[in-house]
Amino acid sequence: MNAFLAGNSLMRGLYCWLAANQGNAQECSPGWQPGMAARDGLLPAGWEWLAFAVTASVAAFLVLNLFLLLAMFYTYLERRLIGRFQVRIGPNRTGPWGLLQPVADAIKLLTKESIIPDGADRWLFNLAPIAMVVTMFMVLAVLPFGEGTFIADINVGLLFLIAVTSVNALAVFMAGVASGNRYAMFGGVRAVAQLISYEVPMVLSVVGVLLLAGSLSLVDIVNAQRVPFLLLQPLGFFIFVVGASAEMNRPPFDTLEAESEIVAGYHTEYSGMKFGYFWLAEYSAVLTTSGVIATLFLNGWQGPLLPSHVWFLLKVFGLAFVFIWVRSTLPRVRIDQTMAFAWKFLLPLGLLNIFVTAAEILVLGQPQGEGRVFSTGGLWLMAGINVTVTIGSVAVFSRLVSLRTPALPVPAAHLSRVEAR
Amino acid sequence: MTTGLGLSAAPPGERYKRLLPGAMSMRSEPVTVNVGPQHPSTHGVFRLRVTFDGEIILDVEPIFGYLHRGSEKLAEERTYTQVITLTDRLDYVASMTNNQAYVLAAEKLAGLRPPERAMYLRVIAAELQRIASHLMATGFLLNDLGAFATPLMYCFREREKILDLFEMLCGARITLSYMRVGGVFQDAPEDFWPALRKFLKEMPGYIDEYEALLVENEILVTRTRGVSVLTVDHALNASVTGPMLRASGFPWDLRVVDPYEVYDRVRFDVPVGKAGDNYDRFKIRLDEMRQSLRIVEQCVEQIEPGPVRAESPALLRPPAGDAYARIEGPKGELGFYLVSDGSIAPYRFKLRAPSFINLTVLRDLVIGWKLADMIVTLGSIDINMGEVDR
Amino acid sequence: MYGLGILSGMVVTLKNFFRKPFTVSYPEQRLPQHPRFRGEEFTWYEERCTGCASCAKFCPLGIIRIVTHPGGTTPAEGDSYAIDVFDIDIARCMFCGLCVEACPYDALFMGSGFEEAKYRRRDLVISVERLRAAEKRPSTWYRPQLEGQAYDPRRDGSLPWQKAGREPWPYHLPQRPQAEGEKTTGEGTP
Ligand code: SF4
Ligand code: SF4
Repeated sequence: MNAFLAGNSLMRGLYCWLAANQGNAQECSPGWQPGMAARDGLLPAGWEWLAFAVTASVAAFLVLNLFLLLAMFYTYLERRLIGRFQVRIGPNRTGPWGLLQPVADAIKLLTKESIIPDGADRWLFNLAPIAMVVTMFMVLAVLPFGEGTFIADINVGLLFLIAVTSVNALAVFMAGVASGNRYAMFGGVRAVAQLISYEVPMVLSVVGVLLLAGSLSLVDIVNAQRVPFLLLQPLGFFIFVVGASAEMNRPPFDTLEAESEIVAGYHTEYSGMKFGYFWLAEYSAVLTTSGVIATLFLNGWQGPLLPSHVWFLLKVFGLAFVFIWVRSTLPRVRIDQTMAFAWKFLLPLGLLNIFVTAAEILVLGQPQGEGRVFSTGGLWLMAGINVTVTIGSVAVFSRLVSLRTPALPVPAAHLSRVEAR
Repeated sequence: MTTGLGLSAAPPGERYKRLLPGAMSMRSEPVTVNVGPQHPSTHGVFRLRVTFDGEIILDVEPIFGYLHRGSEKLAEERTYTQVITLTDRLDYVASMTNNQAYVLAAEKLAGLRPPERAMYLRVIAAELQRIASHLMATGFLLNDLGAFATPLMYCFREREKILDLFEMLCGARITLSYMRVGGVFQDAPEDFWPALRKFLKEMPGYIDEYEALLVENEILVTRTRGVSVLTVDHALNASVTGPMLRASGFPWDLRVVDPYEVYDRVRFDVPVGKAGDNYDRFKIRLDEMRQSLRIVEQCVEQIEPGPVRAESPALLRPPAGDAYARIEGPKGELGFYLVSDGSIAPYRFKLRAPSFINLTVLRDLVIGWKLADMIVTLGSIDINMGEVDR
Repeated sequence: MYGLGILSGMVVTLKNFFRKPFTVSYPEQRLPQHPRFRGEEFTWYEERCTGCASCAKFCPLGIIRIVTHPGGTTPAEGDSYAIDVFDIDIARCMFCGLCVEACPYDALFMGSGFEEAKYRRRDLVISVERLRAAEKRPSTWYRPQLEGQAYDPRRDGSLPWQKAGREPWPYHLPQRPQAEGEKTTGEGTP
């Protein structure tokens, strides 16, 4: 049996049903002892690869479609909740309580004409929405949704995640530049600046998690959280959440599609289902990002009493609620201030966080094998120190760092040229 | 051509290299973008031809006239009463004050004096309108700042209450036509007063809420503090009036310096700003709302029963002559100049539109700032295209 | 400073999250409407109308078209002109109410309905047949006599012309001033 499937209850059942035989009886037949006859699957021996392919496809299909359903529900939820934050009702016409609103939206988008502007680069223009959606879905490959429920547990999960999510900068830039529209170009150029800048503090902020868990595998990170890393890494959590909202271009960092400034930013020229893809990617980004945050900082699927999947969903939607809440409250940060915030504020804080965490691990951890382990008391002490450090450093930095930039002087030569006109 | 910096008219990319040595060695070219006439935040059909270098604004050329309806000409063939309906449509978020300024001018021309009660009713209505207009300005300014309509919805919630009051007064919510030459068209209904008192009681709480939501908000402060500073001299030279001038620190309020109606019988403060930046222009509107509430409260105390319309013929024929009347509108000095030739229609009808004149400083305010700042500055000027284009 | 402003803002939005929405689901729920509301329709009492066309003259847009012929068909106001055409083009009307204000015989009232959307522009012209047939729900706008009766068009429904009353305005006498020797039609004034 493929070692890939060990501990993966999502895929093991189907795989064993198809390809159980003597070779993988240990995993597939509970209570199997050497010498006993093994259960036989549908396929003869030697066809494990087919079983694996089928299993993987089915799992991917299931996860993808359930996720899409969830994302649709989330669009509804976001609109309803924002409605409540704005003391209005929100969509309540289609279906009971408006629950079918996402379906109506999808039908509308599908039936709309998809326009490609004359000045657009057709290939890039058509490719951009796909690139955006695909990278979004690739995150699902490594997320553990519950106990033993994931598609793949690769040992560089976190790295994969960071790599995949940074591709969307490319998609957005493609969309912006290929549209042949100046507003879209503004959006695209802003995207490159912002998305790449925020990668840096975001990656720095997860280094603390990495140091504590001692593994890049997301499953291991969840298992390593005896105390949620939120308490051990409050600064990392803060930086990650801020960085993630910039990566998703959620308010207050939605400069890429700042409606009041550059109309719709990089997707100004998109219509029909291509626009729908961007829309889908943006909304589902909230869910996947909440999933990542829950995995990295909030114990993942772990939790008492309720089944692990329910815990995971609860955490995801709790975080999504916070994102919606922030969206409905805050004005947008100007693009240069967004950048200044990343480089002047988040980056030093991220470095500080790594430094403090590493020092604490050195002092409080007892060496064991290759890594270090912590006593529960040590963990709580660490939490106390880190919360203090977070509050202190944020306060000091917000005193020290000014995001305001003055107007750039425009030479009088230019002005006089204009006046002469 | 050389400047004080010793620069020739170099292409903008070169400029930074010389201005900020070593800061930027990238070659860039200016790009011209039409912001508007269809744009989410041009406050109507308004177009700005902007030349950018990257995000930085090199030049702005406002282009308007898309909403021109020829109000001034139309007024020349309408009777003095019919012109009131035209004034409704100038600044359509503040018709009450337009009505007021116009009827004051027409009364001056005809030598009519409205009864006391009518003057109080007008002041109450005008101050409510000022609150409604400032609510709109604040809400849309925050929308321009990108606050996803939440402050806007809160502002609309309160504005809705004011519109309900207007509906009681005159049966309409936006295009009010409430005032008549020589008074107001009819007395307020009985249920207006309890509703007004209720509003006066609730509103300060809501203003507190806006302040908690906005005034200290770090993002808003960083976005607006020190941005697009309008100095007093510049403001006076450009004939800027209203909250914009006061935000620059010049306490000029026609309700105080040239009181009309019953403003000399009420006590209120004139809030002034310090820096004249976008933040002050935003904040001053919140402060003015409180003062307007104070004025309305005092008017409710002072108002006495009585007639609300002076005896005047249905068709007014003012003697030949001219008159100018001005009021402190929500956006600045709103003045009407009327010339009569003794007929039933004005010979000339001229409007001093505050938002048009305030808009003239836009270019000087935004050059050198960024695209996002320009939108906010435009929002903080609080223009209304109905009034700019007439 | 320190993000406290942002936090206080978040508290405000959360507080509003638990408030009752101030919007309503329109066709099912409606906001209360004041009796003075100037709706998008007109209530016209033919019994009172003399065909004097003051309303048409006062309309700033000139969108009321009146065609009359002599004939004593309006008993309430005495001998008068009979109405052939009374078109109000509400496609251009701005519902300012000046026509109502101008009517010396209290024959024209603003209406209180506002759901007048039509698919064709020509359907927006209210003809005299429609005016006659329309349900009489006059707004109390500029009609203080209705306000005195505490009449609410949304609540009380149709109002016959006898009940609509006359406005106590100096030149709106309850009794029509009669010229010396003029004979009344005998059908009484309200
Ligand atoms: S309401 Fe105004 S616009 Fe409409 S018909 Fe009457 S006078 Fe004319
Ligand atoms: S003003 Fe009144 S009485 Fe005269 S025609 Fe019009 S509706 Fe009839």
